[in-house]
Amino acid sequence: MTEMQEKLVFSRPESVIDRPTHYCPGCHHGIAHRLVGELLDEMNLAENSLLVASIGCSVFLYNYLDVDAVEAPHGRAPAVATGVKRARPDNFVFTYQGDGDLASIGMAEIMHAANRGEKICVVFVNNTVYGMTGGQMAPTTLIGQKTTTTPAGRCITHEGAPIRMAEIIASLGGVAYAARGSLDSVKNISAAKKHLRKAFDCQLNATGFGFVELLSGCPTNWKMTPVQANERLQNEMIPYFPLGVFKDISEEGGIC
Amino acid sequence: MSKQPERIFIKGNEAIARGALAARCKCFFGYPITPQNDIPEFMSSEIIKAGGDFVQAESEVAAANMLLGAGAAGIRAMTSSSSPGMSLKQEAISYMAGSEIPAVIVNMNRGGPGLGDIGPAQGDYYQSTRGGGHGDYRHFTFGPGTVQEAYDLTIRAFDIAFEHRTPVLILGDAILGQMKEPITPWVPEGVDDEAGRDWAITGRTNARETAREKRLIKSLFLGEGELAGQNRHLQAKYDAWTDMAECEQFETEDAELIICAYGSIGRIAKSTVRAFRKQGKKVGLFRPITLYPFPSADLKKLAQAGKRFLTIEHNLGQMVDDVRLAIRTVADSDFFPIYPGNLPTPDELEAPILACLEGK
Amino acid sequence: MSRIEVREDRCKGCLLCTTVCPVDIIVQSDRFNVSGYKVVEVPEELKAKCTGCASCAMICPDIAITVYKTPRKKGGK
Ligand SMILES: Cc1ncc(C[n+]2csc(CCOP(=O)(O)OP(=O)(O)O)c2C)c(N)n1
Ligand code: SF4
Ligand code: SF4
Ligand code: SF4
Ligand SMILES: [Mg+2]
Repeated sequence: MTEMQEKLVFSRPESVIDRPTHYCPGCHHGIAHRLVGELLDEMNLAENSLLVASIGCSVFLYNYLDVDAVEAPHGRAPAVATGVKRARPDNFVFTYQGDGDLASIGMAEIMHAANRGEKICVVFVNNTVYGMTGGQMAPTTLIGQKTTTTPAGRCITHEGAPIRMAEIIASLGGVAYAARGSLDSVKNISAAKKHLRKAFDCQLNATGFGFVELLSGCPTNWKMTPVQANERLQNEMIPYFPLGVFKDISEEGGIC
Repeated sequence: MSKQPERIFIKGNEAIARGALAARCKCFFGYPITPQNDIPEFMSSEIIKAGGDFVQAESEVAAANMLLGAGAAGIRAMTSSSSPGMSLKQEAISYMAGSEIPAVIVNMNRGGPGLGDIGPAQGDYYQSTRGGGHGDYRHFTFGPGTVQEAYDLTIRAFDIAFEHRTPVLILGDAILGQMKEPITPWVPEGVDDEAGRDWAITGRTNARETAREKRLIKSLFLGEGELAGQNRHLQAKYDAWTDMAECEQFETEDAELIICAYGSIGRIAKSTVRAFRKQGKKVGLFRPITLYPFPSADLKKLAQAGKRFLTIEHNLGQMVDDVRLAIRTVADSDFFPIYPGNLPTPDELEAPILACLEGK
Repeated sequence: MSRIEVREDRCKGCLLCTTVCPVDIIVQSDRFNVSGYKVVEVPEELKAKCTGCASCAMICPDIAITVYKTPRKKGGK
């Protein structure tokens, strides 16, 4: 067997600080962080980036990414990012938000930042629960899903239907890119990274608001093993939250 | 500072907006509410001309959080609102206080509670001086009484915000906002547009800087003893403001009775005091200019000199608590409320002052 | 021979990596790390099968896996 020099093909991206995370085993926040970190490295953005962190299990993201960061109140990250970007238009500005944060308490802020076409990127982690506070119903909780506040399962007549954010964001004028990916499999993780890269590009080209929803597992609050959580994600979440690109103005010939 | 010679005749709202531009405010975040609409309307074009940016936010919640972001980025920024909108801004103000973000906030106080009315009132005094949101914090609060003062204090508000890394509130009311007066505008010299360079989030390749550690602006302190440390640090900062308290004293030296009033009511009370003086009655005015820090030491000196006090406010009795705290070991203060919803006039104040004088 | 390194202090034993390895060589060990998680490993006898595809590292939420690939020369076995 003739062998060549071995090559390092996968290691921690430099933008992700070398320290253990506080996440539960199998929590997909770690994957989402890593994808963001890889892109900050690959696109040479780390030095110029300003992170607006949100409130949820990912509140400590600012301890994990090696970029300047500010903490936003629960749900307000898109408004805070608007202020940051207007103050420093030459910086790369992004938020990272959970589904309770973005699609419930922060619904007004996300809709209007998107509609104004703020030149920011939003990484949206949809795990169908309020993870940090112990697994209560989120606006994205699936019909029939048991949570600590829907012990009998979410009921459409009582709690309404789960909100599909990527589609809603895609319908707004200022949005340059809106897509939904998933972190359950190697193939989907690769696709998710491509979505993120496109959304980041939209800010760099100043075409508009970039939004990527990432379907993610919360094994702890789903009361499953990480492996079972991935199966649920594939069998129950993806059918309701279809993967794909819902808007991409670069494909449409861009804006002037 | 270079005084420009010309006089202009403008409303208090416009004076605040012009003061902010003179202070090189670079971002304004607004939301419509009477009686402060002149400020965002003026800013929507003027701040752009000055090379800044304007956003009409989707709500006061968003406007205050945009302010938080711009402040964290180390930029001179501002928002303005009136009472119902101020309730919504409190969450962000608490975060700004906790994470020490400089910002200037204007409240043109209207009648409450609830939707109240759109007339003047001083019902937001507690909210403005106690830290109106959750947690234990204070912010610097000015209570201008004239249009010129509104202009001057707005300029100073930006300096204090950055020097002390704190939100600064300018508390006016519908009278101050709508009242037109001649003022002499001036432009401060040597404003440092990058005053936040040592702590703000700028990205690490900011042209003015060499490579440095990442920066983090936050109010969450979970580590052992961390939050207590932060609270101790904040309290020490607030304590150090005591010496910065300011007031106007008018005819207090030989006065038997001192009227304590701030803002527009302070200004109206001054006319009443003048009228009494013409009749030879020994009345004076004590008008706090900083509401937080409250000018307690000056007030206490007056109490020690044997004066009596009557506090008049356009609310049901809020600042009177601070007056009483300031003089509590030596004297007390009477209180006369002007009910929010009623418009105060100099004549109206005569009867309670006279009663107080004669009730001796 | 391609290979992976598992940082045992970072592994949380979630086993997600074991589900994606195309040659099925990652298994749970009987070792616990300092945080009390039962870490994964590639048993000695299976190591040679690693293709260096990095699937395991891609799905690991804790960046516990580093992958080294040794490309084989044409004609190599
Ligand atoms: C104003 C306010 N309300 C409520 C909370 C409590 N809280 C903290 S995190 C959270 C929900 C987070 O859920 P999500 O955004 O889905 O993030 P996850 O933890 O699932 O990643 C809530 C409600 C808060 N911090 N602030
Ligand atoms: S509770 Fe859920 S979202 Fe939070 S760290 Fe654990 S698995 Fe992740
Ligand atoms: S690199 Fe590929 S083949 Fe090697 S252990 Fe990981 S998943 Fe298996
Ligand atoms: S995916 Fe990572 S954390 Fe999970 S078992 Fe494998 S190496 Fe450990
Ligand atoms: Mg969630």
